[in-house]
Amino acid sequence: MNEQLTARDFATSQEVRWCPGCGDYAILKTVTRALADVGAKPESTVFVSGIGCASRFPYYVETYGFHTIHGRAPAVATGLKLANPELDVWVVTGDGDGLSIGGNHLLHTLRRNVGLKILLFNNEIYGLTKGQYSPTSRTGTVSPSSPAGSVDTPVSPGQFALGAGARFFARAIDTDKVGLGNVLRQAHAFDGASFTEIFQNCIVYNEDVFAAFTDRKNAADSQLHLKHGEPMLFGENNGKGIRFNPQTYAFDVVDAAESPGDVLVHDEKNAVLARLLIDLQLPVALGIIYRQPAEAFESAFYAHHPTRMRRTKSVADFIRGPNSWTVE
Amino acid sequence: MRLAGDSGDGIQLMGSQFAVSTALSGRDFATFPDYPAEIRAPAGTTFGVSAYQINLGGEPITTAGDAPDVLVAFNPAALKVSLPLLHPGAVIVLNNDSFTARNLTKAGYDDDPRDGNTLDQFQVVTADISHLNFEAVRSFGLSKSESGRCKNFWTLGLLLWMFDRQLEPVEAWIRRRLAGKPTMRDANIAALHAGHAFGETAELSASLPQVSVETAQMAPGEYRSVTGAEALALGIAAAGELAERPVLFCSYPITPSSPLLHRLTRLQELGVGTFQAEDEIAAICAAIGASYGGMIGVTSSSGPGIALKTEAMGLAVSAELPLLIVNWQRGGPSTGLPTKTEQSDLYQAVYGRNADTPMPVLAAGSSGECFDMAVEGIRVAMRHMTPVILLVDGYLSNASEPWLIPVIESLAPIESRPVPELTGDSNPEMLAYQRDPASLGRPWITPGMPGLVHRTGGLEKDYVSGHISYDPDNHQRMTEFRQAKVDAVAGFIPDQAIELGDDSGDIVVVGWGSTYGPIYQAARRTGASFVHLRHIHPLPPNLGELLARYDKVLVPEMNNGQLATLLRDKLGIQPISFCKVSGQPFLISELAGRIETERKGSAS
Repeated sequence: MNEQLTARDFATSQEVRWCPGCGDYAILKTVTRALADVGAKPESTVFVSGIGCASRFPYYVETYGFHTIHGRAPAVATGLKLANPELDVWVVTGDGDGLSIGGNHLLHTLRRNVGLKILLFNNEIYGLTKGQYSPTSRTGTVSPSSPAGSVDTPVSPGQFALGAGARFFARAIDTDKVGLGNVLRQAHAFDGASFTEIFQNCIVYNEDVFAAFTDRKNAADSQLHLKHGEPMLFGENNGKGIRFNPQTYAFDVVDAAESPGDVLVHDEKNAVLARLLIDLQLPVALGIIYRQPAEAFESAFYAHHPTRMRRTKSVADFIRGPNSWTVE
Repeated sequence: MRLAGDSGDGIQLMGSQFAVSTALSGRDFATFPDYPAEIRAPAGTTFGVSAYQINLGGEPITTAGDAPDVLVAFNPAALKVSLPLLHPGAVIVLNNDSFTARNLTKAGYDDDPRDGNTLDQFQVVTADISHLNFEAVRSFGLSKSESGRCKNFWTLGLLLWMFDRQLEPVEAWIRRRLAGKPTMRDANIAALHAGHAFGETAELSASLPQVSVETAQMAPGEYRSVTGAEALALGIAAAGELAERPVLFCSYPITPSSPLLHRLTRLQELGVGTFQAEDEIAAICAAIGASYGGMIGVTSSSGPGIALKTEAMGLAVSAELPLLIVNWQRGGPSTGLPTKTEQSDLYQAVYGRNADTPMPVLAAGSSGECFDMAVEGIRVAMRHMTPVILLVDGYLSNASEPWLIPVIESLAPIESRPVPELTGDSNPEMLAYQRDPASLGRPWITPGMPGLVHRTGGLEKDYVSGHISYDPDNHQRMTEFRQAKVDAVAGFIPDQAIELGDDSGDIVVVGWGSTYGPIYQAARRTGASFVHLRHIHPLPPNLGELLARYDKVLVPEMNNGQLATLLRDKLGIQPISFCKVSGQPFLISELAGRIETERKGSAS
């Protein structure tokens, strides 16, 4: 373990080129701190990314890094993880990269449960290409490519992930050092595909799109920080709780003091609960929403390979085929 | 071809109709009906097998042939009786429905020959013929036995698809023959069409083994029969052994590339892994990821799939990673002719990427040569740290030929530039891009190596440090470096040899890929010289000087003149194009004819 390494040791010499005030700075800082916290080794850690603002991330982390092509980072990372399962492989993607052009790869990576730590920086906009609406933009988003407002229905990253068979889904806010740091450490520890949606503020093209719940002034009433096995409480002094309403098949907010028995306890292994939590509007559910481990793809791949990818025979043993003959 | 089954299977009728269609397709043939002695021999037994043998070809045929190249076996007994007669690499069509425990016992088989390795040296096509035929004629209200009698035409329909024959003459014959029995007439026609449609839907294609060099000329040594997919799979595994690295083969199913995936899954003990990706792009990206991680990444597809992989090839060029991309060329554009062969992806391989993105391109001339070119492809990829394209004519995937078994120990190890030693003051980012002066290949530094941590990717890199660089001079330098690297391959490949004929003269025929066989024979027959290219890009350095020694350069290709364009571009010569894009290989006679025509043109 590199216990002496600090967040600073994971910073590169490269000048960071995100816009001043971009949420990516906060994420970078929390990620490097988390790497130091979990004792990551720079030489056995790899950041793989696609294209977009978020995908510049690998250049700024002092580990191995591979900035690939648009949407394809999960596919490249899958090959890498198969080649060397010992590596800690992080995939950094955005809402356009991961859910639009690369949606197919994300789906298959999640269903296979490849041991990748996938961070989706969701800012509900295409930043690098100057502000077009993205697959997570809310209907009616006014952008250079949708001056009258977008007409598409947005995709929910969480519902997409669970629908694809993801085994780990978590959420955090870019500037929430504690919440994001905790999620990152859990994502790192997960054996299999961990998928983390980070609400990231694009200060230039979609400023404050998440302000309704990220604003610190309203944080207590608008954020539900989940902990496995604990009641779903929020609000000032945890005065409010989440209850399941069997009439509407949806969640209600109740006064925690008046009806403590109604408040649900978070069970991160319950996929039905997870789906309802993902759709909860205010408060917004944060933290580990779903975690149900299963064998990671690379483990299964090696377990099913008769020689675990080792060469136990020579081509000379195979090359004759079943029938050969000699010409004198 | 030998058709074999029970006496009641309608074998003789089927054989004679295939003979008629052969005659109508302009091929010569001779036949040999082979009945059992008994009028009604017990069904399913070896002595009850009825057979019909036909020899066909573009060249004059004088006998019904000793060893059939195609066997249709309606039951295990027919297979058992006929198997010893076959050429290695022959095509065998089996009716799955007849391989019951009872029939296997009657034929004297202890184990099902479809399992195990009895049929390994053949191209086996299996179908539930009885069942599929029954479904095809169900609507005609026939009895069970009447339905069964349509089976021969169902199978004939499949054969006509596989060998690219017309249905119409056979259909016309059925109409005449069964004019008085309209229900049986229509049922047989329906069965014929259903068999044909089955072949088309399943994208079955077969190619007859082509022995291009006579037995008398075969070098001494140990031979086996091999298909292109088998040889390429063995070549990929051999390259892994020579490089002492595992191989990860990543692909997405596509005709006619899939047999390579299937073959490689049987070679896992050679340190080979296979990953079936979600699409063509994921396949090449996973292969790139594997190469980035230190395994030899290989992907394979056909033209449309290669098109999808194009952007990722640029990434491998930019990141200077080794990779082998196999393209089993088929007819296009778009989905085109998935089961028919072509050589029309040469432009795509050499010129078909955005920006200045040069890559080495190789081509295999025969099934056996797929082995050599797989080894060479991975050798080039690792030496120069570049993706390499290997072009193979699609039909070689399943086409068998006798193959002189290579001696692995005689092949040189495959190496990339050694990873530099770390010293106290070395900058790891600089070390990653310290390229070999001759090959321009960088050291293959992979994640997990301590002290060599660096970043790479698709953004333009600084030549020295690999950092992102928008510097104009650096981009100029990198563009020139990438071209110089591919050009450097020419310094490591042997001079172009003359395959056949004089080293100067009136005409030389230049070919690439699977036209090797017919050009070889045509050149031999006419006395023309023959040059066969295995390195397409870069071309061998002496090629221009070599071709300049002839008055005419004739370039036969199964495309619209792509190699001719390349030779004009790279050598500044004016070759004569001879193009054939029918999905069929060249005939020796048409090549010889063209050579003679060009000679007469020179003489007049």
